[in-house]
Amino acid sequence: MSEQDSGNIPMVQFLSPEGEFAVPAQWGEYGEYLKRLTEADYLKFYRDMARIRRFDNEATALQRQGQLGLWIPAIGQEGAQVGSGYGVGHNDHIFPSYREHGVAITHGIDLMSILKMLRGVNHGGWNPDATRFHLYAIVLGSQALHATGYAMGVKFDGNMGTGDPEIDQAVITYIGDGATAEGDVSEALLFAAVNNTPQVFFIQNNQWAISSPTSSQTTVPLYRRGDGFGVPGIRIDGNDVLASYAVTAKHMDDARAGRGPSLIEALTYRIGAHTTSDDPTKYRSNEETERWKARDPIMRLEKFLRNQGVGQAFFDDCAADGDKLAEEIRAKTFALQNPPFENMFKYVYSEPHPLIEEQLAWLTEYEASFEDEAHPSTQLHNVINEEALADKSGEVEPAPNSGSYYGGIAGASNGGGE
Amino acid sequence: MTNFQEMAIARAINAGLRNKLAENRKVLMFGEDVAQLGGVFRVTEGLHKEFGDAQVFNSPIAEAGIIGTAIGLAMRGYRPVCEIQFDGFIFPGFDQITTQLAKMTNRSEGYHRMPVVIRVPYGGGIGAVEHHSESPEAYFAHTPGLRVVSPSNPNDAYWMIQQAIDSDDPVLFFEPKRRYWQKGPVNLDTPPLPLHSARVLHEGHNVTIATYGPMVPVALQAAQIAAEEGISIEVVDLRSISPIDFTTVVNSVKKTGRLVVASEAPNFVSVASEVAARVAEQAFYQLQAPVLRVGGFDIPYPAAKLEEVFLPDADRILEAVDRVLAY
Repeated sequence: MSEQDSGNIPMVQFLSPEGEFAVPAQWGEYGEYLKRLTEADYLKFYRDMARIRRFDNEATALQRQGQLGLWIPAIGQEGAQVGSGYGVGHNDHIFPSYREHGVAITHGIDLMSILKMLRGVNHGGWNPDATRFHLYAIVLGSQALHATGYAMGVKFDGNMGTGDPEIDQAVITYIGDGATAEGDVSEALLFAAVNNTPQVFFIQNNQWAISSPTSSQTTVPLYRRGDGFGVPGIRIDGNDVLASYAVTAKHMDDARAGRGPSLIEALTYRIGAHTTSDDPTKYRSNEETERWKARDPIMRLEKFLRNQGVGQAFFDDCAADGDKLAEEIRAKTFALQNPPFENMFKYVYSEPHPLIEEQLAWLTEYEASFEDEAHPSTQLHNVINEEALADKSGEVEPAPNSGSYYGGIAGASNGGGE
Repeated sequence: MTNFQEMAIARAINAGLRNKLAENRKVLMFGEDVAQLGGVFRVTEGLHKEFGDAQVFNSPIAEAGIIGTAIGLAMRGYRPVCEIQFDGFIFPGFDQITTQLAKMTNRSEGYHRMPVVIRVPYGGGIGAVEHHSESPEAYFAHTPGLRVVSPSNPNDAYWMIQQAIDSDDPVLFFEPKRRYWQKGPVNLDTPPLPLHSARVLHEGHNVTIATYGPMVPVALQAAQIAAEEGISIEVVDLRSISPIDFTTVVNSVKKTGRLVVASEAPNFVSVASEVAARVAEQAFYQLQAPVLRVGGFDIPYPAAKLEEVFLPDADRILEAVDRVLAY
């Protein structure tokens, strides 16, 4: 067992896997942050974690039916994501990677924008300034530098260390254990340190970078990755939503106050596949996955809440809420239209560009020349749909992404996820 | 009365930067050694003293970090100008330029504008060691979302750096380093042209030479020599290599019927190739000869003692002129 897996490393945890709550003396300063939470907050944490997991399962089912090009499951990481998401302040900015659906839900992102992106309608589409939740970053670690540049701007603008909660801002960037190997992340840590930016690096160590274990990305525990750059770090139990909330809230407070950048390593586990194109059975054992399922963040909070006297009605309501969300996104996904071709020429530049104008004009005329006859791609599309409809037995599988497929929805929607 | 001042290219860029830093505190100038030292070519000399750490600062020696943080600063509403110390050092930042900076406006459906200028001293002729003499402009001209320009004289340098900073799109600003100390008049009142327009620098009617950046003086010299032999050459300074002002080039070729494209970059898949292809499309019937390219060879930039052989000179251009005339 390498040092990074060792159980000897101090780790902030308030909720044990059995749902028992305790604030160890050494984490007292983080424990203070739990006093900010009301009963409603605890229930909100649970509801959001349950909703985002239901959403996640539905999205996998939609991908399996050809409705999405790809899905990126975050199952198992809801505690790290929802907790830290709520630890981020109302003026702060978030630079996610591409698996942060559980952070998105805490900041009012329309979840359909994520599905649209993974269907291939656009590359994101939500307003990163208004939501303060920036676009998903596909190139690993690239967003860490954008977050650091943004945080430099926050500092230059004087939005740090005034003590006024309406003025001070901080920035949080999410990276995975795999992304820590990218040079961009090292440079981001360095630029953050030398500029003393108001910034938190939140590493979700979910143990696997596609098929590579964390031990192949680092020999030193990741919470220590920032040490050499001057960015101190701490490890938390990422499957404890309370630890994730409290430690993020405190570190963001410290950042806003001008006490410098810091790093949080949230130890968690990717229960699902890397994406729907991945097959985890090829590289990890069932026993390992089962061991982590026993540490599930949602189950853990549920045990705690039940011990606190929260009744079955609440959990039933959350489940119903999740089903309603799943139904909604299913209907909306099926109703999604393909974008008009003009969209791909928009926004390549902010200012007029002769080549873009010329090519758009050409394509417009070219497309218009097909108006009297069915377009070749439309004809193909119709053939596929007719075949799918003609054979109700479901033996004819449509090509992925070929449009609507009416077979087996009910069964698949219950079986998605892992 | 128009206000003219004699300046070298390096000083003209410095004066243009000073104007923009003074006009808008959101304009930032940063990179390696740009503060107290004024950059290794002294292009930013005095700017740190005048505008302080708030606008002019040194960054760690990390090109991806320089470009990546510039992107974040642009998201925050800043207008960063980054200096990459030498052409051959831009590649550690290549990923952030091509996968992030070039695509951010498109990815965000216009929510993020990217008014980032990347200043790059480029080209050979200074007797430098490896990686200090390259012409990597084609990589960036090939990338949708970027704009690429290169001034060839002090007046263009003074105005084009200011126009680049005013642009809401990312601009790669390639500075012809061996011409930094070449002097010329700068009109301090009126910009000569929009950023992306080409200009006919020398009129002629037998052959057009299209070129840009450090090769412009070489082309003008070739035109002069040819004139003594009774050959009339038109020299077009492209000024912008993405987008390219094809109208000016094609109009010139329609007049002369012959085109030679000159640059320091290797010819294969180059800016010169693009000009040749476009002219073949748009002036096919006016062309009296194939378009020829005079460029660097398709080899790594050689050691300094061989660069005179590598770099196209007036004779190499005139050899191509003779060929298109003899066709």
